[in-house]
Amino acid sequence: MFHPITTVHYLMLSAALLAIGTIGVLARRNIVIILMSIELILNAVNINLVAFSHYFHQVNGQIFAIFVITVAVAEAAVGLGILIALFRNKETVLADKINLLKW
Amino acid sequence: MIETFFFYAFALMTLGGAVLTITRKSAIHSAIWLIVSLAGVAGLYLLQQAEFLFVVQIMLYVGGIMLLFLFVIMLVNLDDAAKERQFNKQWWLGLACSAVVALEVFYFIRKGAASFQLAQPAPAAPAAEGNIQQLADVLFSQYLLPFEIASILLLVAVIGSVVMAKKRA
Repeated sequence: MFHPITTVHYLMLSAALLAIGTIGVLARRNIVIILMSIELILNAVNINLVAFSHYFHQVNGQIFAIFVITVAVAEAAVGLGILIALFRNKETVLADKINLLKW
Repeated sequence: MIETFFFYAFALMTLGGAVLTITRKSAIHSAIWLIVSLAGVAGLYLLQQAEFLFVVQIMLYVGGIMLLFLFVIMLVNLDDAAKERQFNKQWWLGLACSAVVALEVFYFIRKGAASFQLAQPAPAAPAAEGNIQQLADVLFSQYLLPFEIASILLLVAVIGSVVMAKKRA
C-alpha cells in the first residue's frame, strides 16, 4: 500500500485520463461534453509533462505545460464560439445531427 | 507516506471526476464533475512542486474555462439534448479502441519502466530558488519568442470567438 510514488504512477494516471477523454470524444453526442473531453485530454498531456519536468529537475516541461494551457484556452473560446453560431443556425448540439457534409 | 496518500486521493478525484464528466446526462453536472477533475490535476501539480502551474490551473481552468463552459451551457438550450440518447451508435467501438490503446500504453510503461530508470522515486530536488523564479527565468529568456507568439494566438482567439458568436448583420 505504501509504495513511494514514482514517475511511472503519474504516467499511468495520465494514460488513464487520456483514455477516458478519448472515450468521451468518440462516444458522446453532445458537443459541449465533447469539448470538455478535449480539456481532459489536454490535462492528461500536462500531467505527463509536469511528471517528466519533476523527474529531470528541469522547468522546460512546465513551460511546455503553460503553452498547452494557453492553446487549450484559445481552443475552448473558439470552440464555444463555433458552438453558439452552430446552435443559432441548426438548433441542435448533437454531433451526429450535423451531417451536411456527410455522404 | 503522506505523499502516497495524497497522490491516491488526487488520482481518485481526477479519474472519478473524468468518468462522471463523460457519463452524466446533464451538461451542468458534467461541468461540475469536470471542475472536480481539474482540481485533482491541480493537486497533482502541487505534489510535484509545480506551484505556479497549480495556481494557473485553478485560476485558468476552474476559474476561466469552466466559467466559459457554464455561460455557454446557459446560452445554448440543452434541455432537448438531455432528453435524447447520450451516446452515439458507435460508442462501443470508441470504448473498445480507447481501452485497447490504454492497455497498450500501460503495458509499455510497465515494460519500459525498468530500462528508463523511471521506476525509482524522483531524486530529491537541489535547493535552489523557488519554482516561480525558475520558470520566469527560463520563460523570459529561452522561450521569449514562443511567449510572444502565444499572446498573438490569444488575440486571434479572442477576435475569432467574438466573430463566431456575434449575430449576422
